[in-house]
Amino acid sequence: MANSYFLKNSLTKKYWMAASGLFLCIFLLGHLAGNLQLLLPPEKAKDAFNAYALFMTTFPAVKILSYLTYFSILFHAFDGILLTIENNKARPVNYAYSKPSANSAWTSRYMGILGTAILVFLVIHLWAFWAGMHFRSIPTYALADGTIVKDLYSEVYNAFKNLPYVILYVVCMIPLGLHLSHGFASAFQSWGLNHAKYNNLISMTGIAFSVLVPLGFAAIPLVVYFMY
Amino acid sequence: MKLTLKIWRQSGPEDKGAMKTYPVEGIDGDMSFLEMMDVLNEQLIEQGEEPVAFDHDCREGICGMCSMYINGQAHGPKRGVTTCQLHMRSFKDGDTIYIEPWRSKAFPVVKDLVVDRSSFDRIIQSGGFVSVNTSGNTIDANATPIEKENADKAFDAATCIGCGACVASCKNASAMLFVSAKVSQLSLLPQGDPERKSRALNMVNQMDEEGFGNCTNTGACSVECPKEISLENIARMNREFLKASVSKE
Ligand code: SF4
Ligand code: FES
Repeated sequence: MANSYFLKNSLTKKYWMAASGLFLCIFLLGHLAGNLQLLLPPEKAKDAFNAYALFMTTFPAVKILSYLTYFSILFHAFDGILLTIENNKARPVNYAYSKPSANSAWTSRYMGILGTAILVFLVIHLWAFWAGMHFRSIPTYALADGTIVKDLYSEVYNAFKNLPYVILYVVCMIPLGLHLSHGFASAFQSWGLNHAKYNNLISMTGIAFSVLVPLGFAAIPLVVYFMY
Repeated sequence: MKLTLKIWRQSGPEDKGAMKTYPVEGIDGDMSFLEMMDVLNEQLIEQGEEPVAFDHDCREGICGMCSMYINGQAHGPKRGVTTCQLHMRSFKDGDTIYIEPWRSKAFPVVKDLVVDRSSFDRIIQSGGFVSVNTSGNTIDANATPIEKENADKAFDAATCIGCGACVASCKNASAMLFVSAKVSQLSLLPQGDPERKSRALNMVNQMDEEGFGNCTNTGACSVECPKEISLENIARMNREFLKASVSKE
């Protein structure tokens, strides 16, 4: 039967939504780990971060992962839009009075809005750094071993010294955390991984992830802005 | 008690329909919600108006007919009850109560508060059964050993009365809780095992075809379900469908 194809039915759409979402969670961890180098004092961070940026943009295995990440982002958004359109069609006439707060968390009901906020941030964020690294000409820097690279560190440093950008960055970590607070555990449910023995572990991990990861991201521009 | 009722009135499937306001008096706290509706209808008949059409049958919480969306919640504000099990003591004198039909593309309004839930029947017809031989050598169901834990879970799933409150409460009008209760009930039992793959595939496909929305795991269904069917069943159906869709030829 041709049921396992990408977006053929409601459940398959959910499986892929969950898979791409969890993959992006792993990406977030990797991204955060890399960003932690920005907490080093600027002199040290400049070399370490630029060397890391070179590695991330040239090492073949990382390149494959980054294409997978681009694809996951686009797919996750596309699948989400598709689900939203279908779900709106499933209720053509709305209730005059509905009280969804009585039975569900608002984060679970506004995943589309929270996701859109993250996507908007992502576009700004990619424009600021990723586009600079890949397409714009930006100042260069000589690594310790003499290799000339684009000076991504200074781009980041300058952005993190720019108050409006820092505020935007920190504020946008809120929708990210809220999106994750529903999405993380929800992905396991979609894959059918609901088991009395592990449910607590999954929901606790989800809460910890949705708090710690955005907090970690938000801390970096704040440290750079106020301390360096 | 004196109440103000705001009720959805729609003369037939093609009518556009609208909310109408009715005052009602002489309501006792011990009346069930449906008895309150009876009082209103008698009042309307006396006034020469068309009574409000609503579904009901058992009036004891087992048939699942009494579909009413009351003050923004399926079957009203109480947990684990149907509309017929909801009592007027849950409301205060002078309250305004909104009463609407289930809203879902797959549950078209027939008249006023009555919706057509035959989409649920078609889902059951697509796979919500076990094929047993009835030609004289039927095996006694109790002769088949079943693990106690599975028997209990199957029984819990089997308490679903097909009321549709899950669909009505879901922001996506998804029927996942209902369908998963049926898939679970049968796939947990040895009698349901031979058809488990085709059942999961066919029932989910029929559910999609009927125009129900996609589950986004908000959990509203289980909270509003009068039989408190667990979300665990949805996960089980997700597993069943995944296994079946990657392995069935
Ligand atoms: S799962 Fe619950 S709410 Fe849904 S039809 Fe069954 S009894 Fe009603
Ligand atoms: S009338 Fe049967 S459940 Fe309410």
